[in-house]
Amino acid sequence: MRVARVRRVRGRQRVKHWLPLTRLERPSVVRSTLSPQAGRGKKQWPGHCMGFWLGTARGGECVNYNWNWGIFWDQTPDATGTYFGSLMSGLQVTILLALCAWFIAFVMGSLIGIMRTLPARWAVFVGNAYIEMFRNIPLLVQLFIWFFVVPELLPGDLGIWIKQLRNGPFIAAMLGLGFYMSSRVAAQITAGINALPKGQRMAGTAIGLTTWQTYRYILLPLAYRIIFPPLTSEFLNTIKNTAPALTIGVLELTARARSMQEFSFQVFEAFSAAAAIYLVLSAVVTIGMRILEKRLAIPGFNEGK
Amino acid sequence: MPMITIEKVSKWYNPQFQVLKNCTTAVEKGEVVVVCGPSGSGKSTLIKTVNALEPVQAGTIMVDGLNVTTMKKDLPKLRSRVGMVFQHFELFPHLKIVENLCLGQTIVLGRSEDAAKAKAMKMLERVGLTAHAQKYPGQLSGGQQQRVAIARALVMDPICMLFDEPTSALDPEMINEVLDVMVELAKEGMTMMVVTHEMGFAKKVANRVIFMDAGEIVEDAQKEDFFGHPRSDRAQQFLSKILSH
Amino acid sequence: MFSNFDYDVIWRSLPYLFQQGMAFTLTLTAIATVFGLILGTLIAMMRLSSSAVLSGFAVSYVNLMRSLPLVLVIFLFYFLMPYVGQWIIRSDQPVQVGAYASTIVTFTLFEAAYFSEIMRAGIQSVPRGQVMAGYAIGLNYREVMRHVVLPQAFRNMLPVIFTQTIVLFQDTSLVYVLSITDFLGAASKVAQRDGRLTEMYLFAALVYFLICFTASFFVKRLQKRISIIR
Repeated sequence: MRVARVRRVRGRQRVKHWLPLTRLERPSVVRSTLSPQAGRGKKQWPGHCMGFWLGTARGGECVNYNWNWGIFWDQTPDATGTYFGSLMSGLQVTILLALCAWFIAFVMGSLIGIMRTLPARWAVFVGNAYIEMFRNIPLLVQLFIWFFVVPELLPGDLGIWIKQLRNGPFIAAMLGLGFYMSSRVAAQITAGINALPKGQRMAGTAIGLTTWQTYRYILLPLAYRIIFPPLTSEFLNTIKNTAPALTIGVLELTARARSMQEFSFQVFEAFSAAAAIYLVLSAVVTIGMRILEKRLAIPGFNEGK
Repeated sequence: MPMITIEKVSKWYNPQFQVLKNCTTAVEKGEVVVVCGPSGSGKSTLIKTVNALEPVQAGTIMVDGLNVTTMKKDLPKLRSRVGMVFQHFELFPHLKIVENLCLGQTIVLGRSEDAAKAKAMKMLERVGLTAHAQKYPGQLSGGQQQRVAIARALVMDPICMLFDEPTSALDPEMINEVLDVMVELAKEGMTMMVVTHEMGFAKKVANRVIFMDAGEIVEDAQKEDFFGHPRSDRAQQFLSKILSH
Repeated sequence: MFSNFDYDVIWRSLPYLFQQGMAFTLTLTAIATVFGLILGTLIAMMRLSSSAVLSGFAVSYVNLMRSLPLVLVIFLFYFLMPYVGQWIIRSDQPVQVGAYASTIVTFTLFEAAYFSEIMRAGIQSVPRGQVMAGYAIGLNYREVMRHVVLPQAFRNMLPVIFTQTIVLFQDTSLVYVLSITDFLGAASKVAQRDGRLTEMYLFAALVYFLICFTASFFVKRLQKRISIIR
């Protein structure tokens, strides 16, 4: 896997490996299966005479895939548990990463989103610049910058300390994903506030509220309700966007499925299990958000249908 | 033979909700019929069933001797002969005013571009909007847009006109410019079915008034009878609410 | 902080970065956009059709694709495609499908789901009253679509389609997971070979930023120009 190769470079550059290389990420296996030029033969398509694929097996002739749905209960090569357990721990990381990143996205997004609706022109400019910066650079590049570049740019000791953090990849992914998503949240918040009738702001001012109070008691409670559905889909995007974090070594769900595929050779079982988990996860979030939306709805304002 | 015959028409949105209940009425040639009633009474739905914009589940509707309810292939042709004006104008925002007026003429009636344009300009002159021919609908006021919408119906040389609350989306000062056009039309003998709350208009030009409530035609009377001594309680209540100021 | 920056490494690798890396990134973006739009239109039409089977299939396809992370789909298709190829041409062995071909198919199928949603939203954004007004002057279904609905829907859709293309352009960087030499892949290969991660990744970020920023600037201009006054 890419992770492994990258890490070896880092190891060479710096004094020591700052993350233990588990057996799961042995460079040799990993490299051969992933690079398109090298060894697309044996490791990926093992056992040329087994089973069937999509019912096309013609009597006795051998086709190449051997289904084995029991694979989930086999032990992983590093003997820390079953493949199922490995996927579950991946799911845990995915959820945790999504939640942490969402916290950053929501807080920063709200701040920037509100700034863009203020009367002060500099606030609008700063807000716009923030959004443009985080929206126009691919997430993967932003992850690399948080992981590889930021520690280099920090003053000496701090940088070294960060590089040696055990959960460095997780923190980098959390910051990268959080700030990336915050630009999208900010755009939604601005849209929500601007969607309110102009009279609401004036009415707030008219009864003597300060700008801050107008936001706190009138504009924001309404705006958040209006943008609840798009915010839900941004949260779902956050969950999906945890997957690229595997490139900097976060062992989330897709990474676990990937390593399961590598070691068990059960390509379809591994990835369809991961796909099913993502589907369930997004279904649960969608339903949960719908219930929450109903509970927060104001009669006659945004009850929906 | 009446121009429009509506016979025992019923419509359900879903099994629980019946919007039209066994409605029967007719509009003679040259007659102006006003349909009124509280909101949600089904009057807009009723008028849309006349040119089959809303399908019905029971009953028959005849326009100019043709059965609309069973018609399939010739429906566009029939609709092109029945002018319709909507509450929210529904001009096509991506087309200029004159293009709005020409679209139906060229595509449905097969008129040449020039003939269509000449006709369009004639009708625009009639509603007093020649100067706006090259503008887009969004650049006109509500009253102007609604007058264009009437012109769009008239260029098709309709045999009758349907108006679905033509003034209720307008600012008060624009209502009269639209009503004036409608009064003019009525005077020329156009057959009209008008859903409206403008009782002044009804008193001035209507021959008959139909009062609807909860999907039923509660009252169907000559104008004088309806305003003079409405028979049903519901119509009395409605009138007293609407005319109290 | 930037004192020991090695600008030369960027200068040296420019031809590699653009002639190989960016060339593939742009090719992939273009192909996935064109075919994604075609496929997406078909899916949107299926979804809006009155056939329950067709619309059901379209809904499931779109929902499935939109619930999965692109990285997972890239992996899945990369490993799946040899078997699908084998099944199609009835070969005895899995067909060799290169990573490049595989990503092109993946992105096309994946983006089709998103494009179809944009199309559907565009068509449905045209108010019902407009359809009725079209019928009322005697147009038939095809004419209403052709003269009333689609011209308006297209104006609503166009900026969103371009914006989605910009997103797609950024998403192509994910082919990195298959070790493909797209722009980011090229930058990362140089970065690791020369041990110049800081320079190369910052440069990659800058290039992506300039392209996407400029493109979205033009999309905004376009949006203003073609929007309809209501």
